[in-house]
Amino acid sequence: MHSLTHIIFWVLFAPLLAFTRKQRIFWPLLALGLLLLFNELFTPGFFDLEVRDGHLYGTLVDILKHGGQMMLLALGMTLVIATGGVDLSVGAVMAVAGAVVAQAAVAHQQSAWVAMIFALAVCTLLGAWNGLLVAGIGIQPIVATLILMVAGRGMAQLISGGQIINFDNPTLVYLANGYSLGLPFTCVLALVVLGLTYALTRGTALGLFIESVGDNAVASRYSGVNDRFVKFTVYLFAGFCAGLAGLVAASNIKSADANHAGLYAELDAILAVVVGGTALAGGRFYLLGSIVGALLIQTLTTTMYARNVSADIAPVPKALVIIAVCLLQSEKARSYFTRVFPRKKSPVASEEPSGATAEKLNVGAGL
Amino acid sequence: MNRINSKYIPLAATALVMVVLYVLGCILYPNFGSLRVAVNLFGDNAFLGIAAVGATFVILSGGIDLSVGAVVAFIGIFVAAVIAKGMPPLAAISLALFMGVVFGAGQGFLIHAFDLPPFLVTLGGMFLMRGLAFVVREDSLAIKHLFYSRTIRALAIPLAPRVMIPFTATCFVAVVLAATYVCVFSRFGRNVYAIGSSESSATLMGVPVGGTKIGIYALAGFFSALGGCVATFYMQSGNPASFVGLELDAIAAVVIGGTLLTGGVGFVPGTLMGVLILGLIQTLITFQGNLNTWWTRIAVGFLLLVFIVLQKAIGRSRK
Amino acid sequence: MSPQSPKNALLEIRGLSKSFPGVRALEGVDFTVRSGEVHALMGENGAGKSTLIKVLTGVYERDAGEVRLDGNVIHPRSPREAEASGISTVYQEVNLIPDLSVAENICLGRQPVTFGKIRWGAIKQRAKRAIERLELDLDVSRQLSSCSLAIQQMVALARAIDVSAKLLILDEPTSSLDEREVAELFKVVRKLKGEGMGIVFVTHFMDQVYSLTDRITVLRNGRFVGEYPTAELPRIELVARMIGKDVKEVEALEKRHPGTGSIQAGEPFLSLKNVGRKGSVAPLDLSIRPGEVVGLAGLLGSGRTETARLIFGVDKADSGEMLVEGKSAVIHAPRTAMKYRIAFTAENRKVDGIIPNLSIRENIVLALQASKGAWKKLSRAKQDELAERFIKALRIKTPGPEQLIKNLSGGNQQKVLLARWLATEPKLFILDEPTRGIDVGAKAEIEKLIESLRKEGLAIIFISSELEEVVRTSQRVVIMRDRRKVGELSGAEITEQAIMGKIAVAAAEESHA
Repeated sequence: MHSLTHIIFWVLFAPLLAFTRKQRIFWPLLALGLLLLFNELFTPGFFDLEVRDGHLYGTLVDILKHGGQMMLLALGMTLVIATGGVDLSVGAVMAVAGAVVAQAAVAHQQSAWVAMIFALAVCTLLGAWNGLLVAGIGIQPIVATLILMVAGRGMAQLISGGQIINFDNPTLVYLANGYSLGLPFTCVLALVVLGLTYALTRGTALGLFIESVGDNAVASRYSGVNDRFVKFTVYLFAGFCAGLAGLVAASNIKSADANHAGLYAELDAILAVVVGGTALAGGRFYLLGSIVGALLIQTLTTTMYARNVSADIAPVPKALVIIAVCLLQSEKARSYFTRVFPRKKSPVASEEPSGATAEKLNVGAGL
Repeated sequence: MNRINSKYIPLAATALVMVVLYVLGCILYPNFGSLRVAVNLFGDNAFLGIAAVGATFVILSGGIDLSVGAVVAFIGIFVAAVIAKGMPPLAAISLALFMGVVFGAGQGFLIHAFDLPPFLVTLGGMFLMRGLAFVVREDSLAIKHLFYSRTIRALAIPLAPRVMIPFTATCFVAVVLAATYVCVFSRFGRNVYAIGSSESSATLMGVPVGGTKIGIYALAGFFSALGGCVATFYMQSGNPASFVGLELDAIAAVVIGGTLLTGGVGFVPGTLMGVLILGLIQTLITFQGNLNTWWTRIAVGFLLLVFIVLQKAIGRSRK
Repeated sequence: MSPQSPKNALLEIRGLSKSFPGVRALEGVDFTVRSGEVHALMGENGAGKSTLIKVLTGVYERDAGEVRLDGNVIHPRSPREAEASGISTVYQEVNLIPDLSVAENICLGRQPVTFGKIRWGAIKQRAKRAIERLELDLDVSRQLSSCSLAIQQMVALARAIDVSAKLLILDEPTSSLDEREVAELFKVVRKLKGEGMGIVFVTHFMDQVYSLTDRITVLRNGRFVGEYPTAELPRIELVARMIGKDVKEVEALEKRHPGTGSIQAGEPFLSLKNVGRKGSVAPLDLSIRPGEVVGLAGLLGSGRTETARLIFGVDKADSGEMLVEGKSAVIHAPRTAMKYRIAFTAENRKVDGIIPNLSIRENIVLALQASKGAWKKLSRAKQDELAERFIKALRIKTPGPEQLIKNLSGGNQQKVLLARWLATEPKLFILDEPTRGIDVGAKAEIEKLIESLRKEGLAIIFISSELEEVVRTSQRVVIMRDRRKVGELSGAEITEQAIMGKIAVAAAEESHA
């Protein structure tokens, strides 16, 4: 079983890499590939798969299982970042989701479905709150979502009465522990949401509007795009995704822990999105890239775990990844790089350099 | 006159809130107005206050620093660990401060030289320092040294019978005074304001933007490290898992203290008031006894909202 | 043709070249400024004036050539170094710090210090002296942002001359000043000239060139055309050298006026009655008929763009009534204006116009898609068809429709923006400075486009600070000054002198009021 898995995996992965080599998704895929290669060579048993109780078990499956949570967050975060904003509150919202669903199911004896729908509604409302602050009042996204980040966890603790609430409702537990179509349910859920998001953004003109608002909100407004509506919607969506992720997180530990649920989740989500190719400044977004980014981060975490590195030290390689990605996305850094390794220049050009210095210096509207 | 005054409105609002909270506390609880409570307000929040002063410089220049909490925790456990290994405390503290400066300057360099977003760079810095804190040591470590048990205590200033001003409070006030001086009387300080108000204009006016920016983040690193040291004085120990979310409290204190998040407008004494407000809220809740401390989070969130909306409203009227 | 090195040469530039990817902005340019003279630097948009200045002030790094100041070779790599070498610059956009006081702005970076401590009293004194040198009366403790644009410009000048500069560069300093303020500025410039300073004066106001400057250097397409004593170069010859045409052709061009043939009889398409907005534009009347080109003329800050924004719904009017095709219309958002088939290209296309990282195709279809809403997505085939059609019709130079718009030249970017609005089939098209920062060839194409649109029955509002352009293109001109409408001219009445006249009369009336 072991060698077969290895072969199957690389037979699928290598052509994928080759096929996408000119696209933006190549870089995160490459990074993921390198990380997996590292494990292939140095971490025994990483690629082992076995079938038990009708589904697959193994480290790779664990990555998919835990990655589902991050994928959900990354999807919501992608659209927010694409509009040039950021949502720092998703971790706190996850905590609220867990608290609400646990409280509803246990203390109020609601059915699992009612509890989940209620929790999702609350989280979507919290997303709407963020949207109102950013799109309605015009507050800077970092600041606006900071408020909910600070207050949200307090709210979660308030709802759960400061206690950790345990539950064992089978439907709730299934979210993070069940399997569907041979894959962990969380992964399936994430893929379904991916499909939905894709339909929403590319099947309609919403994707174009999001990218245009993120790239230049004023010009978009002048062109008739309802930039406020677009911004409001993406925060709403981020809240919804955070709610889903929160349900999964709670299901994972079969309890609601308001203190620790979703801690640093927003930072991981932002990292996944940025690694996946969407620029922090906004504009073009890459949903698949964010999925790969989330998988990369999860693989990083799982690698550390499999090698018995303390979970607390895991942030260190993440830090290096952030800096590396930032440098890759920075024009200035790339220009240093190309000065050392010059490449062919593109044929169509501009009158003025698009370099950072000239743009930053406002020396008159062009004589 | 209108426009000059509008700059000071947030500061006035901050002062008002601080006074109202204090008076409220004095009315509700008998011992609230005591000297001891006032002194503790400064001493208990000293590490946050010092870190927030550093954050003020960063935010004034239009940037942001998410690494504050991680640096404070790292320095705390680092100092504890090297003292346990035999390094004299003063040397340990000096080394810690130096490390803070180098770390901060490194962040500033990346931000300036490559035009990287401060948010992401300091996020990376935060992850790095958090992880490194656990590399130093996986759990907390008490500091058992004469310097800590005796000298620090001895540096407390007696104010009244049975009331001493702890050394941490003195540090806090000294830092605020020094930082205010820098902001008002040094070219560096004025450059910080200029960059925050309009970086492009500042560049054209010949302000050394690069050096100043690196200096700002180095200063923030220094203050975070100093905050970490002061935290060790306060807790007599170091703990790598501590101070999660401290950067948010610092940012909240700075914003509530009247500094615009967009930069260019703000005062260090405002941050002092912001920190005291945070401390007052916590004290009020402790005195109440029944409310859980997570109400602090909600109250801070609410205040933050009010001040941000206020800043926004004033911004509109300035146009 | 290069001038010999004169005895009192202050600034000598020889063979300066600067290229950007695909474009030679400057090629072998010579430029000489003597001490004690005011030297005009002239050329059309895209001639290379701003590039030359940016190289001098250290914003750009030159590719070749030599720059000497007072006989010494200099090579400034930043604005700071340029200032240290003795070159001070006052830019068109006020590049000062809004949140600091006037005094601080003047002294920023050179505050008087004692052992590192700033002496605030000394700052105030120094600022006061600098302001007095300009014969201005101003409280230096005021916050800069509370001062008018004209005053801010003066503060920038005060800062520039406070540095004991040898060479002063004034880049379009009078765009927002009225006649009285311009006269005061000129008084100061003449005083500085008498003190031995060399002054470079960049402007497109011909009259100012002839009243203030001693010598003129003309650039065209990045090349040095010639240096002439102002007194020996008639205006029409100057224009001829700037645009590279014969004197006779220039005369013919200037006499050209659009006929009134295309204007449709009947009701105006748009009618503004007493429409205004507090703090933005005083209530005014304006009307325009299909097939008509109405020009909005005035200095920088006169309220033309603000009027356009009111019509397009970017700003909300708080007085008056707007009628579109005879019916009352309330326009509070661009989306609404679009429903009335109004289109608007903003002044600063880099900031308010292009979506830089999206493709040409996406930029073109944006407004049309926005008018249809998010749910009715234009099919890819339709988008491609639109893009191809406009690329051809407007002759947009690009390898393909998927090219990112930020990689196009200014002129081609402007064409894409025009395409964006033409795709919505508007009835009224407001163009705010459509030819700014564009090379001569593209400019001519755009003017021709406006002609043909007018003939097809579009109503066009044309805003430009270049009076020749307004005169050439408009059938009626509305003149604005200081946020109010001060006059209207039509047909043969429209000349540059007439327009400037109306502005001056309004200024005189104001100072008497």
